[in-house]
Amino acid sequence: MLRKLALAAVAALTISASSALADDALFHDLGGRDGIATIVDDATANFLADPRIKATFDNTNMDRFKTNLTDQLCVVAGGPCVYKGQSMHDAHKGLHLTNADFNALVEDLQAGMDKVGVSFATQNRLLARLAPMNRDVVTK
Amino acid sequence: MRIDVLAALAAVSTSLLAIAPAFADDAPQPASSGSVIDQGMSMFDDGKLLATGGVSDLEGAGGGGLATWALTTGYGTRDGVGLDGHFTYIALPDYSLWTEGVAVGLWDRVELSYAHLTFDTEKVGAALGLGKDFEFDQDVVGAKVKIVGDAIYDQDSWLPQIAVGAQYKSTDHVDILHAVGAKSGDGTDFYVAATKLFLEESLLVDVTLRETKANQFGILGFGGDKNDSYSSEFEGSAAYLFSRDFALGGEFRTKPDNLGIAKENDAWDVFAAYFINKHVSVTLAYLNLGNIVIKDNQQGAYLSLQVGL
Ligand code: HEM
Repeated sequence: MLRKLALAAVAALTISASSALADDALFHDLGGRDGIATIVDDATANFLADPRIKATFDNTNMDRFKTNLTDQLCVVAGGPCVYKGQSMHDAHKGLHLTNADFNALVEDLQAGMDKVGVSFATQNRLLARLAPMNRDVVTK
Repeated sequence: MRIDVLAALAAVSTSLLAIAPAFADDAPQPASSGSVIDQGMSMFDDGKLLATGGVSDLEGAGGGGLATWALTTGYGTRDGVGLDGHFTYIALPDYSLWTEGVAVGLWDRVELSYAHLTFDTEKVGAALGLGKDFEFDQDVVGAKVKIVGDAIYDQDSWLPQIAVGAQYKSTDHVDILHAVGAKSGDGTDFYVAATKLFLEESLLVDVTLRETKANQFGILGFGGDKNDSYSSEFEGSAAYLFSRDFALGGEFRTKPDNLGIAKENDAWDVFAAYFINKHVSVTLAYLNLGNIVIKDNQQGAYLSLQVGL
């Protein structure tokens, strides 16, 4: 009986350890917080060069934006970061963004991840977690 | 008619290919200024992500090749419209099939489509006493409406994008269709399509249920001596996205078996779709339609070009 319990405990520990591993797998596949910061740098350069959406950043403090976006993507990917920015709804509500704006930003982010060499499948794992934010971000 | 559409498609596609670099993935699009023309063109907001408009299926609707999907054709978002044309050629051992058509997607919700199918009986036509290369022509007018869900954005839910639609099909040579046992030269299919992108897995899945009387998609008319009521048929696709512009997949479609003179089989295909940009895509498939009238094992190549605004 005791042996069975011990076995069960080991099994449970193994499962929770592996699910903890699985939980931050995306964070690691994106290169940790440093990797994500590089992606955000490249992606932000793309946002600011993209005539479809660059005007929306006219009044934005870009350093704060990059820090907050990095922390947020880190949290979304399962990493050990703390996001100190506003909620997605509050951050975007005044911007009147459309689905076309949203997808333009996604394309620029994809280009940023391409540049760093993040595989397409890994990119999709991140985008799968960002896609539902569409409901808070797109207000037009 | 076929030649006109072909020439027009070819012209449009070469000009689009020529300007393609200007529209390449990350190349920014010119911001629209205030002129009427710019405002008109900005309806075509090109705002969807690459490949998320699907391609044009056999019957002219947005879908795969055999299956009609719940996605709205083209690249217009809910604030815009998308317009595309397609040309498809299917080479089977004993027959060939051409389809060409146009479709418009409105506000990522409503899709209207027209397709013209030409089925060439080649030598079988002579064997049946119709004459070599005897052709059946079919027009398909389709409408589709998205009811609920978003195949792309709703990644936090199991709910697929669901659309309902109808396709009115009308085939010529009704006297011959009657002679083979078909009850009518025209009919309407009704369907419910559920499509979902499993982005985490890079997998797109569609499941569609169709109420139909069509024999061989309607090319051999509607209803028959064996059965003249609607049958519930299944069609489905699964595609794995290898990159933003390339997908490989397979499809399956069941069909009614209404005619006494010839057994009708299920159809399947395996396909590769290449999205050159939001204006041009090419689909290549290996398609098996099974038995068609006196010839078994009709499997061969499927080649489709889609061009869009
Ligand atoms: C899933 C998609 C998106 C995510 C995850 C995201 C994330 C963020 C984050 C973390 C912030 C910082 C909030 C803060 O500092 O408190 C932010 C702000 C901002 N975002 Fe987004 N965003 C998304 C979509 C978009 C889109 C589509 C646009 C425009 C095309 C956009 C434009 C902006 C702008 C202009 C700001 C700064 C607002 C300000 O200055 O206060 N975002 N976003």
